Amino acid sequence: MSAFWHWFVVIITLGFTAAMVWLFIATGRAKVNKQPGGDEGETTGHVWDEDLREYNNPMPRWWLWLFYLSVAFALGYLVLYPGLGRYDGTLGWTQEKQYEAEMEQADEAFRAQFAELADQPIEQLTDNAEALRVGRNIFAHNCSTCHGSDARGAEGYPNLTDDHWIWGGAPQRVLESIQAGRQAVMPPLGDNLGEQEVTRTAVYVQQLAGKPVDASMAAAGEKLFQQNCAACHGPEGTGNIHLGAPDLTAGVYTYGGDLDSIRETIREGRNGVMPAQMELIGEIRTRLVTAYVLNLSQNDDAEN
Amino acid sequence: MAHSTTYNDRVVRQFAWVTVIWGIVGMLVGVIIAAQLIWPELGAGIPWLSYGRLRPLHTNAVIFAFGGSGLFATSYYVVQRTCHARLFSDKLAAFTFWGWQAVIIGAVVTLPLGYTMSREYAELVWPLSVLVALVWVAYAIVFFGTIVKRQVRHIYVANWFFGAYILTIAVLHIVNNLAIPTSWMHSYPVYSGAVDAMVQWWYGHNAVGFFLTAGFLGMMYYFVPKQAGRPVYSYRLSIVHFWSLIAIYMWAGPHHLHYTSLPDWVQSLGMVFSVMLLAPSWGGMINGIMTLSGAWHKLRTDPILRFMIVALSFYGMSTFEGPMMSIKTVNALSHYTDWTIGHVHAGALGWVAMITVGSLYGLFPRLFGVEKMYSTRLIEWHFWVSTIGTVLYIVAMWIAGVMQGLMWRTFNDDGTLTYTFIEVLQQTEPYYILRLFGGLVFLSGMFIMLYNVYKTWQMRSTDDLEVPVKAPAHA
Repeated sequence: MSAFWHWFVVIITLGFTAAMVWLFIATGRAKVNKQPGGDEGETTGHVWDEDLREYNNPMPRWWLWLFYLSVAFALGYLVLYPGLGRYDGTLGWTQEKQYEAEMEQADEAFRAQFAELADQPIEQLTDNAEALRVGRNIFAHNCSTCHGSDARGAEGYPNLTDDHWIWGGAPQRVLESIQAGRQAVMPPLGDNLGEQEVTRTAVYVQQLAGKPVDASMAAAGEKLFQQNCAACHGPEGTGNIHLGAPDLTAGVYTYGGDLDSIRETIREGRNGVMPAQMELIGEIRTRLVTAYVLNLSQNDDAEN
Repeated sequence: MAHSTTYNDRVVRQFAWVTVIWGIVGMLVGVIIAAQLIWPELGAGIPWLSYGRLRPLHTNAVIFAFGGSGLFATSYYVVQRTCHARLFSDKLAAFTFWGWQAVIIGAVVTLPLGYTMSREYAELVWPLSVLVALVWVAYAIVFFGTIVKRQVRHIYVANWFFGAYILTIAVLHIVNNLAIPTSWMHSYPVYSGAVDAMVQWWYGHNAVGFFLTAGFLGMMYYFVPKQAGRPVYSYRLSIVHFWSLIAIYMWAGPHHLHYTSLPDWVQSLGMVFSVMLLAPSWGGMINGIMTLSGAWHKLRTDPILRFMIVALSFYGMSTFEGPMMSIKTVNALSHYTDWTIGHVHAGALGWVAMITVGSLYGLFPRLFGVEKMYSTRLIEWHFWVSTIGTVLYIVAMWIAGVMQGLMWRTFNDDGTLTYTFIEVLQQTEPYYILRLFGGLVFLSGMFIMLYNVYKTWQMRSTDDLEVPVKAPAHA
């Protein structure tokens, strides 16, 4: 804010307030010419529309004081807090500082309460009831929007309760997925292959998962697969966790396993995004939610 | 009778009639969207029946169609009676009526179709905004032209408030709507970012301050002393609260943008001026209610007067609530909750609608040349359903709002929120049902009014009653 605008704000704010106080004081004190009236008391003498008149009663004292009190509050506030242009206020308060202080306080309390959990390896946390309780809360507020409140995912969002992991299911890999996020790149192949070859490739992809399919179509598809897909998904179609290329032999699909869905995936490509959580919730919470997710997956194994 | 020696009550009658009609329309849309918050599928998937499009229709209809028409009717009536002069121009007055109705019809068509400028309470697309500006300039010419023609030296206090409201709304409307058109139905505002938000809420809050407060105080200052048959309580209180109200209101807009990207210093100024607004606002309530001192007994027999006094009480209550909610720590709880909706409706139903209804019950018999309304008993009924409807509405929204604010800020020991959004919504549902019921009760009163006005109209002596301009009293 330039010096001009600073003083502009200061002067009109204080000048305005002073003018208002003057209005209240001066009018409160002013002597009014009263006409001698009858029983009805004294009016100003003005008459409109036959019978509209006005008394000139003094303003209620409590009301004047209410105003002065509010002015005192306002001036006090403007001394303590920013308001008068560039002046920062004696408390040095800003809304950013308030936010940071409250976050700091919350993190402090969190660290104090969950310090011993922070030091444990994730493998141990997956069996720690307290860690899982907290992890579940964190999941509900940060992850369930996409992955569902039961973590079973939805179309485009992987199911986290099975043991199929696109980017790897080792604790360190899952933690990495959560902390830094993931960006999948399945390129669109429709223009290169043409519709017929897209279909053949898709049929072969179904065969990889053990589906009974037309053998001649699949044989033609296999050749195309080796040329176009094997670089990422591997020659056997078992995928590559370092590229986020799913294992196509598992029969688990993020975008659907029917022929049309697979054709669409090949034709249009897929670009799934897992947003990075580290900046949002920090080290301890990402570890706890990793433990929670891994625990879900392990329990699912037990049930099966 | 020669035109110059009578009042132009034709335009007043027109505006008074449409006030009742638009009141029913606007409140009916309100009831529909209140029901949609309980049964979201109520619009049957039809886009122009969806909540997002009907909500601006509701706000525009009740503020500008119902409230606006009521202000046109009463200001035209009052300025003639208290200036002892016919309106400055019959033609311009007729233009304001038909122009204003065209704006309303335009809103009723464009808003459900999804055409909007996306500025709250200023949604109308730019061609309609231009028409609003033209009508408003004509309104100002008619009103101030009549003031210039007046036969009495002193300008009556009601006209100060009407004058301030007309002038300010012209400035607010024009500045807020400055935009660059890209087609007949679309435009971009000339402001961007936080400046745009600030201009929007400078407009938004002063629409409350000057349209919904100053305008209706003008109404109050004529119809309350008339109905009570008593002089206004205090002339100097009028002066002080008038000048302080209009001066301080202008600063209060930033309290709508607490804890946003608006700079801290602007937020602070908005807050402290909102707090200083309490006493000036209450000045009007004191002057209105104290006008009755010495005539309290009339409240027992006159439901019209009761409408006005209860309206002033709701006015006092919501102008106390407003400054409190503008304080940052309170706002941190109340903002974005249904408490805000309750606060608005304490003002809109309790103050604006009830003072308008009371004034119109005082006005209609004079416009039709009859002694009083067809049925005082029906006014009595209308009074009770309005009061009960308003109380149910605001109590429901207070409870819902405070509950939402508290649930949203409840944390678990691990720093996560205790309640998800959907859980809060579930808890709110019973209060939405109560609110819908309150709104329905209030709306039913408007149908009682329509019937009563219709029956009174049937009693009229002549179709186009001409009332001679009264000679001013020489005191």
